[in-house]
Amino acid sequence: MRKIETDIAIIGAGSAGLCAAIQAAAAGAGVVVFDENQLPGGQLFKQIHKFFGSREHQAGVRGFEIGQQLLEDVKKSGAKVMLDSVVYGLFAENSLGVIAEDKYHYEVKAKKIILAAGAKENYMAFPGSTLPGVMGAGAAQTMINVNRVLPGKRIVMLGSGNVGLIVSYQLLQAGAQVAAVVEAAPTIGGYGVHAGKIRRAGVPILTSHTIKEVYGKEEVEGVVLAQLDEKWQMIPGTEQDIQADTLCLAVGLNPMTELAWMAGCQFTHIPALGGHVPLHDHNMETTKPGIYVAGDITGVEEASSAMEEGKLAGIAAAAALGCLSQEEAAAKKQEVLRRLDMLRTGLFGEKRKAAKEQQMADMAGWQALTAEKGGVK
Amino acid sequence: MAEANKEILICRCQEVTLAMVEEAIAEGAFSVDGVKKRTRAGMGLCQGKSCERLVAKIIAEKTGQDPADVLPATSRPPVRPVKMGTIEGEMNA
Repeated sequence: MRKIETDIAIIGAGSAGLCAAIQAAAAGAGVVVFDENQLPGGQLFKQIHKFFGSREHQAGVRGFEIGQQLLEDVKKSGAKVMLDSVVYGLFAENSLGVIAEDKYHYEVKAKKIILAAGAKENYMAFPGSTLPGVMGAGAAQTMINVNRVLPGKRIVMLGSGNVGLIVSYQLLQAGAQVAAVVEAAPTIGGYGVHAGKIRRAGVPILTSHTIKEVYGKEEVEGVVLAQLDEKWQMIPGTEQDIQADTLCLAVGLNPMTELAWMAGCQFTHIPALGGHVPLHDHNMETTKPGIYVAGDITGVEEASSAMEEGKLAGIAAAAALGCLSQEEAAAKKQEVLRRLDMLRTGLFGEKRKAAKEQQMADMAGWQALTAEKGGVK
Repeated sequence: MAEANKEILICRCQEVTLAMVEEAIAEGAFSVDGVKKRTRAGMGLCQGKSCERLVAKIIAEKTGQDPADVLPATSRPPVRPVKMGTIEGEMNA
């Protein structure tokens, strides 16, 4: 077995993990980032659309360009990135089990650990849901934008959140037909600007509709939709049959939390953030001292907030190691917190802000309870 | 639920149907781990990454538990498929 000793081990080289690495390494900490993929950057390199928000959040810049900049910054920072490296376990005393390139076994000892594992797509089960041609919208996005493979010629998208809308538009750009976007709720889930783009391209968005079944012999040949009533029940007689070879599911994401559970972190349940999420404080530190979280693992948001949370965790972990003075760390954190606050505004942001506040209030509640019992064991 | 729906695959890795999950709950399974032990749902290659949340939702609906109380299955290493030979071989090397 090979051994690695480092100040900070980061799991996940996506937007959160890379930002954490840049901050921590710039402060002088030794940093190693592990990612199971062959390429770093997480979801950023799939994001060929321009980002929203203000200039300091890189509005108007395309996701993959932000990814390229991050990779350059990581290189300059001195942080080491190990790709094709699966972290298969998190053990006592901040020890990680890692298998690299399918053949090398590492034991990694780190003074601090930052979990930035991201999220995975929700799945739905209905008749025909295991036929080839049914896939996550994120999977379809990887195929077209990273691997340059068209998943199908005629597509039905289930879900009109930003993922469903953006991926529908990118499928059109890649040369596929999008037969319809189907949404169970009575209103479109994502931003009007994204919905407008696909409506102008002639794609119908069917609200209060769902998938009744998907049919086909060897693979998807068609999708049967049905309308929903106010109680979300299918209305008999409203079925419509749409010919398609692909059904994409854009029905939300959920945090990838296995390692945080394994470490014994305390969780809370917040549906708006994707279900069970680890408790963390304003430093992104969990209930396990020395274990930090950042990005979608702390609750599903988007890349801009994941980057800010990553910076926060990187600064906090480096400061805890003495690489930054308390004053330096406080000034840096205050700046990040201000930007995070700006991101969590507006119709969608306010909801996330309330959810994140609940998460941190739950953390404070847990800390008070633990202090009563005589401190962390 | 219609008969056809009973055959929907909830865990595609282990080919566990909706009917099998419901039967496990009827037998007394009260948690994701309980359904897993009875049906093998979540024990396949993806280790429940597709089905776990579906199973949790069915349990909450059928048993009346708050979704917050239906926890994911116990997380154990390895959390990703790794070859035991890689762990073993390198350990002995």
